[in-house]
Amino acid sequence: MSFELYITQQIINAVSLGSLYALVAIGLSMIFGILRMTNFAHGDMMMVGGFSTLVLQNLGLGFGWAVVGGIGVGALAGVIVERTAYRPVRGAPEVTLLLTSLAVTYILENLGILIFTSSAQNFPLPDWMDSAFQLYNGQITFTQINLLTVALTGVALTALGWFVTRTDIGLGMRAAAEDMGAAHLVGLDVNRLIVVAFAIASGFAGLAGVLWAAQSGVVEPYMGFTPLLKAFVAAIIGGFGSIAGALLGGYLLGALEVFIVAFFPSEISPYRDAIVFCLLIAFLLFRPNGLLKRTQEVKL
Amino acid sequence: MPERAQGEPGPVGKERSAAALLEVSDLRVNYGAVAAIRGVNLSVAAGEVVALLGANGAGKSTMLRTISGLSRPRSGRIVLGGEAIHRLPPARIVRLGIAHCPEGRRVFGSLTVAENLRLGAAARADRAGVAKDREHIYAMFPILSERRTQSAGTLSGGEQQMLALGRALMAQPRILLLDEPSLGLAPLLVQQIFRTLAELKASGVTMLLVEQNINLALDLADRAYVLRTGEVSLKGSAAELKADYEAVAAAYLGART
Repeated sequence: MSFELYITQQIINAVSLGSLYALVAIGLSMIFGILRMTNFAHGDMMMVGGFSTLVLQNLGLGFGWAVVGGIGVGALAGVIVERTAYRPVRGAPEVTLLLTSLAVTYILENLGILIFTSSAQNFPLPDWMDSAFQLYNGQITFTQINLLTVALTGVALTALGWFVTRTDIGLGMRAAAEDMGAAHLVGLDVNRLIVVAFAIASGFAGLAGVLWAAQSGVVEPYMGFTPLLKAFVAAIIGGFGSIAGALLGGYLLGALEVFIVAFFPSEISPYRDAIVFCLLIAFLLFRPNGLLKRTQEVKL
Repeated sequence: MPERAQGEPGPVGKERSAAALLEVSDLRVNYGAVAAIRGVNLSVAAGEVVALLGANGAGKSTMLRTISGLSRPRSGRIVLGGEAIHRLPPARIVRLGIAHCPEGRRVFGSLTVAENLRLGAAARADRAGVAKDREHIYAMFPILSERRTQSAGTLSGGEQQMLALGRALMAQPRILLLDEPSLGLAPLLVQQIFRTLAELKASGVTMLLVEQNINLALDLADRAYVLRTGEVSLKGSAAELKADYEAVAAAYLGART
């Protein structure tokens, strides 16, 4: 196998994995930007999206509509969690926010276990999605799911980019993330901004959940845990609170994980996650603001 | 003679209250256990510029923050054009006509100049009026027009102050609250900002101005209040206060008469 083809294959894998991390990390970062809160329940929106899609398919909906429904239910779940759990403690000390989001995580995961049991459920895919493309006599392979992941992520990110640069609510979300007090003073309806942010973030997580389930073939109540940790690392690398940073961090992390496995001796591969978390520690120590987040400078 | 307000019983400025656009009565605000505002009465009539003077920590910024709804009063009333606003959220207060240009400018640094102005009008629905006001602000500050696609974080301090002022004006306020517009600016820029404020005053904009620079503030204002440790220690017309500098100094530092 030629080296160029091997690299191309690894880049395909990296983009596909990075897309998932980016989808989850963006929502995590968006909510942190506005509320200064690490929403641990964010990963569980993946589970909500995955299970909802499964249920809707079982009810007879086509795969496409089931996915749309799954994203919608994920978004709705995020909004409900914000209204019932986070809004009452808004403005409380960080520890309170942290514990509240951990509590929500436990409630959601145990609800998942209660309804669907703790064992993994098969996630059915339509036949057309279960195929793979092969190029250069099978030296490059990518599945329909890879393709769908990259395409849907692209659509979601383009829509988000348009939203945060062209609409009042999107601009308001960025303004509130930068300076909540000033956002109040210009008359922005901050509650509405927060609801929209949760809807978008949780919808993105729901989409990531569907794609994750499609790649692994199963849905389970704890499926959001590992992606959440990875998204957390991605968001820190990019600059916690920055949307563009989370995007960059997601793809960098995806690339790093794929390349560790692809280019290092196979004895290193099991330490992939350890290396990733060492990177997190390094960033927290030496560049806690991440790659993209601007440090506020005072101008005179 | 400036009128001494300290220890004076009952509401002051009663003769003005019929015409007052903004009326603050017996306002008390606490920061934790500390009383930051201790029974302040203050009024601003439509078209008037009123200065709020006083040393650091006298409670000037707290007054403005409470009027815009960022801080909640412990007791007392704030009335804008006959409507009590002291229990309303900030977004409602902006819609009722109070724009607050905060200390330290607080422009949104990652947004462009044009986007900052757009958010200033976020509470308004009339698109045509917003577009007209935006052109008006670009005419007032041509440098902002040149930099409209630049992110606000890259502007100089003076340009940021212009943008903060423009953003507040985009709300088309009935009264403009200004917190230290000269803070940290070079003298030339301070002059430019105050020339603009004088033009705004001439065009009928009502202002409540917090300013460290007493001379600049009294040149612009019609009337002034001096705050000391959360109370009005002196008030009067700008001309009276300018003529009696010793009274102002005493009101700042604590009367030793």
